[in-house]
Order: sequence, then structure tokens, then C-alpha cells
Amino acid sequence: MGLSDLFSASVLIGIATSGIRLATSYLYAAIGETFSQRSGVLNLGVDGIMLLGAFGSYYVVLTTGSQGLALAAALLIGMILGLFMAFVSVTLKAEQGISGIGLYLFGFGMSDLLYQKLVGTPRPIAGFPKLPIPLLSDIPVIGPILFQHNLLTYGAFLLVPVAAFILNKTTLGLQIRAVGQNPEAADSLGISVTRIRYMTVIAGSTLAGIAGASLSIALLNIFQQNLTNGQGFIAVALVYFGAWRPTGVLAGALLYGLIAALVLAGNTLGLIPRSVSDIAAMMPAIITILALVVTVSRVREPAALTKPYGRGE
Amino acid sequence: MSPNPADTLPRKSIEHLEMRGIVKRFPGVLANNHVNFDVRSGEVHTLLGENGAGKSTLMKILYGLYQQDQGDILINGERVSIQSPSDAIKLGIGMIHQHFMLVPTLTVAENVALGLRSSREPLMDLERVSARIHELSEIYGLRVNPDAYVWQLAVGEQQRVEIIKTLYRDVSLLILDEPTAVLTPQEVDQLFGTLRQMTADGHSLIFISHKLHEVLAISDRITVLRDGSLVGSIPTGEATRENLAQMMVGREVVYSRPIQAVEVGEPRLVLRDVSAISDRETKALSNINLEIRGGQILGIAGVSGNGQRELAQVISGLRPLTSGSILLDDQNIAGWGVKSLRDAGLAFIPEERMRDGAIKDFTVAENLILQEHDVEPYSHGIFLDFRAIAERCQELIASFNIKTPSQETTLKSLSGGNIQKLIMARELARNPNVLVASQPTRGVDIGATEYIHQRILEQRQLGTATLLISEDLDEILALSDEIAVMYEGEIVGIVRRGDATVEELGLMMAGVRPQPQAESA
Repeated sequence: MGLSDLFSASVLIGIATSGIRLATSYLYAAIGETFSQRSGVLNLGVDGIMLLGAFGSYYVVLTTGSQGLALAAALLIGMILGLFMAFVSVTLKAEQGISGIGLYLFGFGMSDLLYQKLVGTPRPIAGFPKLPIPLLSDIPVIGPILFQHNLLTYGAFLLVPVAAFILNKTTLGLQIRAVGQNPEAADSLGISVTRIRYMTVIAGSTLAGIAGASLSIALLNIFQQNLTNGQGFIAVALVYFGAWRPTGVLAGALLYGLIAALVLAGNTLGLIPRSVSDIAAMMPAIITILALVVTVSRVREPAALTKPYGRGE
Repeated sequence: MSPNPADTLPRKSIEHLEMRGIVKRFPGVLANNHVNFDVRSGEVHTLLGENGAGKSTLMKILYGLYQQDQGDILINGERVSIQSPSDAIKLGIGMIHQHFMLVPTLTVAENVALGLRSSREPLMDLERVSARIHELSEIYGLRVNPDAYVWQLAVGEQQRVEIIKTLYRDVSLLILDEPTAVLTPQEVDQLFGTLRQMTADGHSLIFISHKLHEVLAISDRITVLRDGSLVGSIPTGEATRENLAQMMVGREVVYSRPIQAVEVGEPRLVLRDVSAISDRETKALSNINLEIRGGQILGIAGVSGNGQRELAQVISGLRPLTSGSILLDDQNIAGWGVKSLRDAGLAFIPEERMRDGAIKDFTVAENLILQEHDVEPYSHGIFLDFRAIAERCQELIASFNIKTPSQETTLKSLSGGNIQKLIMARELARNPNVLVASQPTRGVDIGATEYIHQRILEQRQLGTATLLISEDLDEILALSDEIAVMYEGEIVGIVRRGDATVEELGLMMAGVRPQPQAESA
């Protein structure tokens, strides 16, 4: 096969489709992290929450076969871990970078331990089915790219305008933005900084739990050790890349998904020699880092990011 | 009355607020010792006292940021409990803090709406907020654009936003903590106009300040605190600058000190066309030309944020210049490192004394030798000579009147005034040729201020060229031989002491160039 195969219509459509599918988990995690960071809390534990969310939902499908219950499990796991993270970072005012790494290591180890004890060998499950949207999915080119995905992928893309709306148009969003920029000012107007930060950290972690589920029960339909492969950390980077705006995060997630899909297609079509395929697999990460270095502007960074707040401190 | 968009419960206005027997302890400090204070509708009651006298603590209790250990707060004779700022806001109490409580990345309207229920929950109703802001700014003469971002506004405008925030919340009692510190004299007049209109409408105002002439101009009553205790409360009609200062300090204060004539020497510090950029990479200084001779004090007046900080940094080697030259005793020192500058005879008293001037976890002795720790007699080779250090520090502590339990005390337990005296001691002990003093008495008590001024004048006597940067116009007027006014990174004009009135300086601080333009830049 040659390079020309890569540019055939069906392959290009396939790459775009899989790029969108691959962007799903990044979107949930990074949009969640956006909420948390806009209120001033850096949650580095996203990957750990994703791993536990991924395992929890996978295990529920394996034992009950119910995808609804599995999603609920991922939600619950995310909420509990978010509550824990908020307690440590907001109430106990721990150094956020360190507590996040701790949470990641916990999620990594716990998900693997539970997997070894409860499952042991890789057992594939039935994932979320494709849900083509009537009429829209029949449009040539656009139909297959945009409208033939599973429910979780649609959800991730719907989340972007919803998140932007909440942040920019609602009183809650105003409070979140104020708390992340100047918590003292927010406090002086009677806004509870603690309450807002608990809300955003828990919401963000819940979305991280769903991000994990989107991998294990909707994309890969399996669980194994370190299933996420560091996606949660990339998601944190995407928040910076997107300059703390949901639309920016969407652009980053799409870029990342498309590059990953391109590498995948290159491998499948045999365009990438086996000897360098490992290096090719690193391309998404390398390109993301380069993109971050070139584009990131910290002008929009929430001024109180990583800074715990206490009255009179 | 117009409908209140704040959507608060209907409440009675505060006719009389009383704080009775307030006690507040912090570890090791009795911040408020059985303090009584009251304010009535329609009056301005000033709370006067030095830094650390307990004014801010008392007001933070009233605003719910701290809780008192003992004592009661009564509104219209009924006891109330204020556990948080939102309780205070509900009771109709507002506060304008010394450091503005604004979110720079939000617009004026968003800042005003923050924390309030909107009429379209959960959506914001910024159009309605903007309309009400327009109304309020008409009524009270507070010009602001609701759609502007706060980071775009000058300090005076930001203060207007703070006032509108409280009016919007329909407060009936407003606490103003040092509201004039950042304003030009004209802006102070405008502010006082607004405040008088508010009292005429029945608002009660608590005014915190240490600028006596402003206090005398605006208040109906004055209450003085010292060391956490109430010294007394008098109607403004019975108050004079002298008796208020005496109440604040506990002894007589000498206000006017004759400035002795000094023989002026050669130019020691000369700036030629100096330009520099700020941290935000905007133009901070453009073509600054200054000349200071030995035995001269040049005062830099201006509203904060007009390039004063960058000017001090450029001269002291902490910020690169983009063009121009700086001559210190005829040597071009532009681009020199801090250590070479010190060796050339430059002494620097930085504006942020705790950040740039001293190390708060080091001892008094360590801070005193911070610059010269690596030279004789403090060290031999790589070893510190603790005996020599102790002897020298003892001398400095005595001669600069630094009040500290011992040399081994960590700096952070000293008062602001004593920390500043320590920095002065370190800088002046080396007999500098040029002294750059930035806000030397900001946050310092009256006693230490007197002392620091005396030391600066002493340097003038010794032939040092001094650049004095201060936002306190009174300080500039009291010490300077010449006054240069800065506005947006430029020198608007230079006048000799006595040649310009406060009003003229105020206009220059607002960017208006002096009328008889004999020479232009």
C-alpha cells in the first residue's frame, strides 16, 4: 500500500471519524478540569480518577451487563474521589500538585489491584452501541464523521457549549470565575469560596470518572492495567492549551484525537515501518507539547490557580 | 425609591449602630481591648489611629471577616450577630477595603452583580445591572462604563466601582478603609463630594484614615484608637491636627521642622532619556531626564502605578532599561548588576520592604549584614565572624534606635517601623553617595516616620543625592528640594519646593502639564 491510500475519501473519513471518537475521553476530562481550574484548583489526579472510573464501569458491565448502572458507577466514583480531592485541597489547604499526584497514584494502584483480584484476565465486554442519528447520519461525508457515534461521544461534544454557557452566562459561572481570579473579593461579597471550589472539583472529578468510562465501556470495551496511558495528564495540559475556555479545550482535544487517529491509520495501512512505530506512537504527545509551547498564553490563567484561600492569610 | 435589584429582604435602614466592649485577641496580641464605637445615620465618623492600633480589626469584625471574642454589636438598639460578610451585607453594611476587592478580568457590571441573585436566575441579567449602574452614577456623580474591564481602569475609577458596588447593594452604612491613599487631591475632593451626598441621603459612613487634614475636612466625629484601646472620641469642631496627633501617638508630635540650607554639590545622579518597559511589556518609562546634585533631595510625586516603581528598579539595577543612560558620579551605571551598584555607592530602600528589602525569617543581625556578609570584618574567607557581626549590629541597633528584643529575633516579629529602620541602618551605614528611597514611610507609625525623615535630611546634610519616591504628597512637600511629577511613565514637570501649590501638583499628577511652559521635553 502506498501514501495515496491515505488520501482516499474513505480513509480520510475514517480518520476524521476515529479522531472524533478518540477525542471523547479527553473532552470529558479536560472540560471537567476546566471547571476546577477556573475556580482556582489544579486537580492533577484526573488520570487516577479516570482509571478507577474506567475499572468501576467496566466491572459493572461485566457483572450486570447494564451500561446505565455502569455509567452511574463511574459518576459515583468520580464524585467520591472529587469530594476527597476537594477536602484535601480546599479544606486542608494541601499543596495541590502533590495531593493530585497522590490521588493519581491511588487511582492507578487501586484500579489495578481490583482488576487483578476481581477479573484477572482480559475479558472484553459489549460496549455502548453506535447510535446513528436518523436523517443526519445519511448526509454524505459529514454524516459518518459526526453522526454515527455512541451516546458518550455525543455527550462529550454537547458538554462544550453547555460548559461555555455555564461559565459565561450564568451567575454560578460568574462566581466560579471570580473565585478563581480573586477569592478575597468573592468572599467579601458573601460568596463562599469553599462551596464554589467543592462544587467545581466534584463536578470536574465526576466528569473525569465518565471520561474513564468512555474508554473502558464505549471505546476500547476492555480494562487492563494503566488503561488510560496518561490521558488524564494530557487533559490537564489541554486546559492550558485551551486557555481555560471550553472552546479552546475542544480545539485541543480534536487536534489530539485527529493526530492519534492519523498515526493509527498510518500503522494500519503499513505506512509507518515497524521499526519506528513506537516513535510514531509518541507523536501525539510530542506534537501536543510543541503546540503547548508555541500557543499557550498564560494571560488568561486564573490568578488564584493552585492557591488555597483562607480569610486573613 | 427605585426598586432594589439586589433582591434582598426588606430591611430597616441603620439609624444607629453601636459596637460595645469589643475584645479581639490574636496570638500574642490584644488587637481590640474593650472598644466602644457608634455611628448614626447621616454622619461621618472617623476612626483614627496608627498602623496596628486596631482600626482594621474593629472594622473587620463589623464586616463579619473576624468574630469578636467579647462584646456586642447593636443595630437600632437590637443585638445582631455578624458571622460573615454576607450577614453584614444583609444587614445593610458595606465596606470599601484598602486593597480593592475587584476581579480585574471581569467587567464593571459583572463585578457589581457578583454574589447577588439575578432577576433571571440562573442566568445573569447584566443589561439590568448596567442600567442601574447608569442611574447610580448619575445620582452620585460617579462616572463609570459598565462594560469596561476592571483591569483597564485607573485606580480612581476602580474606587468609583467599589462605591457603586455598595450603593447597588443598597447599604445604609459604609466603611471606607483608607480610601484616599491612592487618589490625587482633585480625586479626593470628588470623593468627598460623593460622600457628602451619601450622608445627605441618610447613609452612615465610617472613615478610616491617618491623614489628619482629610479627617478634619470630612468627619462629624473622630474616635482615636491606640494600641487596641479607645483613647477618646471628639466632635470634629473640637479637634485640631495637634491634639489628634497627640491622641494617636500618646505624646506631642513636632510637625514643621525647619529645613537647613545646604551647599549643593556636583550632579551625582543623572538620568538621560531613560526608557523601560513594565512586567506586562507595556511602556513604563519614556525618556526620563532627571538630575540630582549632592545635598539635594528630589521628590517624585504621582499617583501609584505611573512608573515610580519601575524608575526605582531601573536605577537600582533590578530592571533593564531599553534606552538611555544613568550616570552615578559620572560613571554610566546602566545595566550594572546590583553588587557593582552598591560598590559604586548606591543605597536603595525598596517600596516592598518585606519582599525586596529584607528576609522575614532571618534574624535582625542576619538582615543587617545581608549585603556585606562576605567582606571584612564580617567574614574572613568563607567563614563568618560572629563576634564582629554582633558588635557591629549592636552599634547599628543602638544608633538607629531599632526596637528589638535581641539581635537573634526573627525579623517578622518586628513592627513595620522598626523593620524600615533596620533597612535604613543597613543602607545608610555604608555612607552612600546616592540614596533611592521608595515609599520610605508607608505603613510606618508616626514616631518612626519622624525618625526616618530626620535620617533622610541628615543624608542631605552629608552631601548625598537623594531620590525620594512617595505617594504621600505631604511627605514629598516636607522633604524635597525639587519635585518631579510622574504621569504615565513621563515627567510632567519639575518644580522647586515652594513654587507649586498642592492644587497645581494635583493637576500635574493627573497629567496636566504646568501652564507657563518655558521648557518642554
